[in-house]
Amino acid sequence: MLEWIGLLPAFPLAGFLALVLTRGKLPRRIAGVIGVGSVGLSFALAAAITVEFLGSDALSHTQVLWTWMSVGNFTPGFSFYLDGLTVVMLLIISGVGFLIHLYSTGFMADDPGFARFFSYMNLFVASMLVLVLADNLVLLYLGWEGVGLCSYLLIGFWYDNPANGYAARKAFVVTRVGDTSMAIGLFLLFQQLGTLNIQEILTLAPQQWSEGSGMVVAASALLLGGAVGKSAQLPLQTWLPDAMAGPTPISALIHAATMVTAGVYLIARTHVLFELAPSVQILVAFVGLATLLMAGFTALTQRDIKRILAYSTVSQIGYMFLALGVGAWSAAIFHLMTHAFFKALLFLAAGTVILSLHHEHDIFRMGGMRKKLPVAFWSFVIGSAALTALPFTSGFYSKDAILLAALEQPQYGTLLWLGGVLGAFLTAIYSFRLVFVAFFGDDHTQDAHAHHSDDHGHDDHHHGPVKEITGFVMAAPLVILGILSLVGGFITVPVDSVFGVHEEHHASTLVHGFMIAVPIFGVLISYLLYSGAPQGRVLQQWLKSMRESAFGGGLTRFWFSGWGMDALYNLLFVKPFVALAQLNRKDLIDQFYGLLVELARISNRAIVLTQTGYLRWYAISLIGGLVLVIGIGVWA
Amino acid sequence: MPSIPYEHGLILAAILFVCGLIGVLTRRNIVFILMSLEIMLNACGLAFVVGSARWGHADGQIMFLMILTLAAAEVAVGLGLIIQMYRRFHTVDISVLSEMKG
Repeated sequence: MLEWIGLLPAFPLAGFLALVLTRGKLPRRIAGVIGVGSVGLSFALAAAITVEFLGSDALSHTQVLWTWMSVGNFTPGFSFYLDGLTVVMLLIISGVGFLIHLYSTGFMADDPGFARFFSYMNLFVASMLVLVLADNLVLLYLGWEGVGLCSYLLIGFWYDNPANGYAARKAFVVTRVGDTSMAIGLFLLFQQLGTLNIQEILTLAPQQWSEGSGMVVAASALLLGGAVGKSAQLPLQTWLPDAMAGPTPISALIHAATMVTAGVYLIARTHVLFELAPSVQILVAFVGLATLLMAGFTALTQRDIKRILAYSTVSQIGYMFLALGVGAWSAAIFHLMTHAFFKALLFLAAGTVILSLHHEHDIFRMGGMRKKLPVAFWSFVIGSAALTALPFTSGFYSKDAILLAALEQPQYGTLLWLGGVLGAFLTAIYSFRLVFVAFFGDDHTQDAHAHHSDDHGHDDHHHGPVKEITGFVMAAPLVILGILSLVGGFITVPVDSVFGVHEEHHASTLVHGFMIAVPIFGVLISYLLYSGAPQGRVLQQWLKSMRESAFGGGLTRFWFSGWGMDALYNLLFVKPFVALAQLNRKDLIDQFYGLLVELARISNRAIVLTQTGYLRWYAISLIGGLVLVIGIGVWA
Repeated sequence: MPSIPYEHGLILAAILFVCGLIGVLTRRNIVFILMSLEIMLNACGLAFVVGSARWGHADGQIMFLMILTLAAAEVAVGLGLIIQMYRRFHTVDISVLSEMKG
């Protein structure tokens, strides 16, 4: 089985080619079968490979398919590397990806771009599989860029709305900043170590560099730049909330199974470099902490169901970065996996809500949907419970591991831990705010469009009656993901051999109790604030008066805008660039060449005058020339 | 037999050449232009013959025979072109045919 590893990305790639080459002429049924089936085959193969790999004693398996290119001693191969970490990623990508594909056949059933949608999705999964299977950083970069391209295509899927195209470009450009940093990192690694094979780098780096030496700090910082861009961490997180412009299953795919986990994977994959550069590693932790808090506060104020989930993703990836930063590699991968389950569940459930409510995104225009949308409601309850890390859900175990590992960090342990716990508290409030506002209380779906800013494209608001849209293909993934979100915490990720350590974290009962109590307390507060419960009237009044006060209102707007990061970047980068572009509108360099063109045109006009069309003029010029030449010959 | 000084011959050739040239440059009727060209060719021929007499070589005379042949061929082609031109444009005025004006 192991030698068939190359087929893993080949299936979705073939699906992509089949769908692209037929250019949407296939009947929907067949296009759907190709789109879903190719990823399903990948998942089946991944499962078989996993069983065989874990059954054998081998710690890793390398499969060289062919040499990609050969320039001097630079010979990156199309070769795949399999170990415990890869296996986990493979199962998440193909498994969760398959469920999302299956769901999409229901969600996109009436969309004119059905086949196009599945072709992009397949390419997305194929790129991501290449990314995690690559045994060298060049091949990884191929998958990395492929993922970026597909995210662009899919975010701008409904391209007839310019706002969606703008969001797609934003995602592409912002992640490109990180990609550039990563590419420079690769150049540096190759220049210093003479290889880009990941395993060779991991062995060579400790021999060549001492801990904290300049080169390893630079290399790992540059790689961190790439990871930050792809995983939407500070300061490059601004693209992810706008990425909500795509169809909802895309958000699920980007947020759960692919794309944003790539950065986490990259850091985990090159963990040796980060261990050699402790300053960068602690930077990773603080980037994660800052991001998770910032996104948590932002999520508190959002009204759009998908934006709340988007900021929660940013925040949860922040937890993974926090784990990576304190060296809890397997905790990060564990959280990556559980997050994939519950975030896919939440997004797919959100898709059901949006579709059932005729493309309504605003949670304050939902309300009371508990009875009308039971499947979505229970999915949201389970997903939010896991997201909040309520005891015995999957998120509880992974977040617990991360926070305990943070506490053990020698220098900043307490600070990181407290920040993480505060983040968990915020998570509880905003995720259950969504549940209480959208599913409890009164029905607001028929309210007038008073304060409804509609910038999400493809919204055809014909307000029909609310009816839950769930066929088998849409309900089944929700059920499976719901079960996984609940019991996923009992899965052990087989990554100890990859990171060379077995992580076990112990803490006093007090700490444990505190970490269990905080999310429950958050849920309670959320209940009092947002469910309209009479017991919480005091708190609700307080929130209302806060929101109406100048400070509270300003803070709300500040958080709502994502801490003004978009405005800041607009001021710092976009405006100066546009100004420069306007300054150079006439293009100074081009003007020089324009001058040459003008010169040639003038001389052309002058010479054209001599072309009279009269024979005698030509004869005279001939004779004149002859006389001139002879004259020069005789007298000169 | 007193020989004619070769300068006289050359001057005559030059005068004939310039006459022909002026004809080519000033005439509008293409038939006359062709005739003026013939005069120029013959002026050249005369210069060759004078040169040949001056240096006592046969080369110049042979060259003149060649020019004659050439001129005959040229006239044949030229007249053919003139007939074509007349058929197509119904004129022999060369100034009318200034389509190549830049």
